[in-house]
Amino acid sequence: MEPVTVVESRVIPLDRANVDTDAIIPKQFLKTIERKGLGKHLFHDWRYLADGTPDPTFILNEPALANAKILLARENFGCGSSREHAPWALADYGIRVIIAPSFADIFANNCAQNGILLIPLAPQEVEELFVACRSGPLQMRVDLPAQRVHAPLQAYSFAIAPGTKEKLLLGLDDIQSTLSHRDTILAYEATRKREAPWLFQELRHG
Amino acid sequence: MAKTLYDKLWEQHEVLREEDGRTLLYIDRHLLHEVTSPQAFAGLRAAGRSLWRRDANIATADHNVPTTDRAAGISDPTSRLQVETLDRNCQEFGVEEFGMLDRRQGIVHVIAPEQGLTLPGMTVVCGDSHTATHGALGALAFGIGTTEVEHVLATQCLWARKSRNMRIWVEGRLSTGVTAKDLVLAIIGQIGTAGGTGYAMEFAGPGVAALSMEGRMTLCNMAIEAGARSGLVAVDQCTIDYLRNRPYAPQGEQWEQAVRAWRELHSDSDASFDREVRIDASHLVPQVTWGTSPEMVLPVDGVVPNPAQAPDPVRRAAWERALAYMALQPGTPIRDITVDKVFIGSCTNARIEDLRAAAAVARGRRKAGSVKEVLVVPGSGLVKAQAEAEGLDQIFLEAGFQWREPGCSMCLAMNADRLEPGERCAATSNRNFEGRQGTGGRTHLVSPAMAAAAAIAGHFVDVRELS
Repeated sequence: MEPVTVVESRVIPLDRANVDTDAIIPKQFLKTIERKGLGKHLFHDWRYLADGTPDPTFILNEPALANAKILLARENFGCGSSREHAPWALADYGIRVIIAPSFADIFANNCAQNGILLIPLAPQEVEELFVACRSGPLQMRVDLPAQRVHAPLQAYSFAIAPGTKEKLLLGLDDIQSTLSHRDTILAYEATRKREAPWLFQELRHG
Repeated sequence: MAKTLYDKLWEQHEVLREEDGRTLLYIDRHLLHEVTSPQAFAGLRAAGRSLWRRDANIATADHNVPTTDRAAGISDPTSRLQVETLDRNCQEFGVEEFGMLDRRQGIVHVIAPEQGLTLPGMTVVCGDSHTATHGALGALAFGIGTTEVEHVLATQCLWARKSRNMRIWVEGRLSTGVTAKDLVLAIIGQIGTAGGTGYAMEFAGPGVAALSMEGRMTLCNMAIEAGARSGLVAVDQCTIDYLRNRPYAPQGEQWEQAVRAWRELHSDSDASFDREVRIDASHLVPQVTWGTSPEMVLPVDGVVPNPAQAPDPVRRAAWERALAYMALQPGTPIRDITVDKVFIGSCTNARIEDLRAAAAVARGRRKAGSVKEVLVVPGSGLVKAQAEAEGLDQIFLEAGFQWREPGCSMCLAMNADRLEPGERCAATSNRNFEGRQGTGGRTHLVSPAMAAAAAIAGHFVDVRELS
């Protein structure tokens, strides 16, 4: 996983609340058995017209925002389906940071697994950034170590859980570190097998 | 100290806790399906890892499977590859799978309780947000992403942070013709789709205790539509009666031992919740969604709202977008909205009780000529067999409905069942998002009885007024 430290980029202002993961990556692209290559399908139904050409009115197609890495949106971003294809598509497109008043829980977990930094700001702060975006492309600097967001006329601090911060800064994968607790997991299992043996029955394999 | 049900379940599964609250949680049951597992198995293979505990895992193909002639296989090559990849992965890693031709196959959230693979007190995860369903059995169940699927396969654990406690207290009982689906839609309408974000959501009170297990599953299933990863209902006699003699439920002395433990799975009477919401079920009427988020919901006797009356600018913009997408005008009575298709199915509403409720409405009636297609898709092969034993299939067929094979079907249209652009559907599923049932399709969420009533009338009606 690619680490996140400081991200400098223009901001894509996606002025919508409750953006769901079906909108981020529609179901027809979930049939893949790969993690890669979903960026071209990001926001497919909003981004492309029925004939497959880009919809010029959709913000992602604004030429000045090509290659932008920071997405700005309204509350409850990433609600709905647990599909990790949503952060895969965002990351593959190049999004490294999403700023919104709130995020759905499963989506937030999935972003932490894929090197995408989620920044919750107060609704009023998000509103200020949307207003700033109206007068032309807004350049922003996101500093994860300092937990600060800098725009030309604004700067905000943001909160992040220490474990998530470290994971993003170092680009860590969890499995190896979890397996270092192997003996603790085995000890837990041994206790549970005594207390609740029905949880450990063998399935009949056909 | 008094504990909530969620507190108890969480504590029983803590393997270790770090200083910042990050907890390694043990997972008892892991459900797998074809859409969110291939990259996880590929990750294991690439790292040379094996399964931590093979028998914690159970797999089935549900999202991509056709609901027509099963023997003919899957015609879409990408869907077929995904299902075949699941078969291959299960074979290679030794995971028990209910394959497409197995009569136990079905929607993962229908088959696990049905088989007794979900038990009270378990932690249950799946790469699917509707895993919340299993909380109806007093299990801590939540959806995860594919990286976490791989993590569970390799370690039988997940890193998680404890959510806050929320209780939805349901006073009164639902009246005839009003169902758990109407109740949960009304709850989402009240608290919003982010109302439960960061919480584990326990449903309790007389209105919940009076529900069947099927009804409780419908309720917990849509906890995620209120933002909560987990829904919960305390174990009671109804739960225990439901599980007795299920194929994978414990037997004999172990059953007695398990039941004793399960009886502790309820919130202590003096437990405190971080947030409590009360709703009176007795005055509730059938609900119909009008927009593109489950919180955009109204009683069937309501009218489509005017964005000018939205409580804030963000919602006004969302309502305007939703009305444009749904091609609806403010002030239109819900009853005047006509439907092109009807879908009765999904992990929300494809259990036997749901099919009985739809059949009770369809019996002796015919679908309206203006309705192009009514799909009835049972949640599992065993639900299908039970419905057929009760003659429900014949009632549906005589009403002009279609009787299909089990799967997720038109809830998310990954198989051939879908809406065409502009088509409007009464659906018993859980999401009315833009494009969910097919690009450009328009979804109205309702209960099975309300869906059947809309199929008969050609537009929404209050099912209680059908004589």
